[in-house]
Amino acid sequence: MCTGRLDPTFVIKALREGADGVLVMGCHPGQCHYEAGNYKAMRRMGLLRRTLAQFGVHPDRIRLGWASAAQGVQFTETVIDMTDDIVKLGPLQWNDTIEDLGVGAFATHEEAVHG
Amino acid sequence: MAENGKPKLALYWGSSCGGCEIAVLAIHEKILDVAAAFDIVFWPCVMDFKYSDVEAYEDGEIDVCLYNGAIRNDENLHIAQLLRRKSKVMVAFGSCAMEGCMPGLANFKDREQMLQFIYKDSPSTDNPEGVLPQLRVEVPEGDLELPEFWNTVHALDQVVPVEYYLPGCPPEAHWIEIAVGAILSGELPPPGSVIGMNVTVCDECPRTRSEKKITRFYRPQEIIPDPDICLLDQGLFCAGIATRAGCGALCPSVNMGCRGCYGPNEGVVDGGAKLIGALASVLDAETPEEIDAILDTLPDPAGYFYRFSLAHSLLTRTRLEMEGKAPVASPYAEVPRLDPSLKN
Repeated sequence: MCTGRLDPTFVIKALREGADGVLVMGCHPGQCHYEAGNYKAMRRMGLLRRTLAQFGVHPDRIRLGWASAAQGVQFTETVIDMTDDIVKLGPLQWNDTIEDLGVGAFATHEEAVHG
Repeated sequence: MAENGKPKLALYWGSSCGGCEIAVLAIHEKILDVAAAFDIVFWPCVMDFKYSDVEAYEDGEIDVCLYNGAIRNDENLHIAQLLRRKSKVMVAFGSCAMEGCMPGLANFKDREQMLQFIYKDSPSTDNPEGVLPQLRVEVPEGDLELPEFWNTVHALDQVVPVEYYLPGCPPEAHWIEIAVGAILSGELPPPGSVIGMNVTVCDECPRTRSEKKITRFYRPQEIIPDPDICLLDQGLFCAGIATRAGCGALCPSVNMGCRGCYGPNEGVVDGGAKLIGALASVLDAETPEEIDAILDTLPDPAGYFYRFSLAHSLLTRTRLEMEGKAPVASPYAEVPRLDPSLKN
């Protein structure tokens, strides 16, 4: 999808559901078919990384890059580069972090009401 | 139903400030209608009941329970489970029960950090022996037990099933009236519903909006805003763009940006993420440096975006790393900046 359509919810949901990092790649500035989609993406990713840093998500786990349809090499290099960064950081395992704490949610309504 | 034919009503406060209790009284003389229509079987704030009174009720004997407050210790959980078992209809009353609210901000820390600050480091604390709350204390009369604090604050529906939600910190009186009226008439929305509106605070806000181009953010003490123009247009953070309406835009009406207490709008999974998306897209900047310069004027973005909804957000809390047995919250210390090469 267009990076301008990328709701920050998608990135956060990926992390919550087990992703160790999220790479967002779009068209170069000045080359957006819709004029401003990639600029919006850049602003959102800037703010999202700042917000997630406060949650303890290392900014290297959230990356923005550009590649046109003719830039397969750049795309590959970015993916390899980011993969290396993530390997250094290790797994994020957000679900484990949450589930280990406090109380587990009840499996069913029945279980909660009748123990 | 009680023997007198009245439906039975319970009200309880978990981890809360007491504001929701006051909000119930803010329906003024209609409280007399509530007292006349319901048989109040549990309301620790204003009437003398014991937990054993609740335990003595049959399962499902209470018709409606209005539960306010978050769940942050064993006692909160115990009473939430007990009231759930005894109640036919459970209402998450107010922002704490619905999504964690202010108590949920503790999820930016862990238990040890909280106890350290509250009982040792805070400027108003006088605790030379460094005494911390104990789970069990021996006194001449016997052993006393205190509920255990958790690392993570939860919203009500994260620990028991909930039929209805009444948003707000606290819920506005007219919405309490509507909720009570719906319960009394039996004309309730489908279970799982939020009793409220499906538009955002902007729809209720009287200010004039124009196409937004934010060049910098101001904190409330830095400027005196124009009383008629959209606060966000003036660079003041306002969560109204991604917050459920229902309050009548009270805060923006008095020159204060919406805090977001009515929570995310219908169908939104993570209110904070929606705020990030909406706010960032209207920054007047096209290069990494310009973007970072504007974002530098917005300190503590996570605090702004998850002020009320942290405990119920997708991430729920800061990351806890298990080092040995004690988990430690470890936010990344530096403010991340965009890569300057993104310019091209």
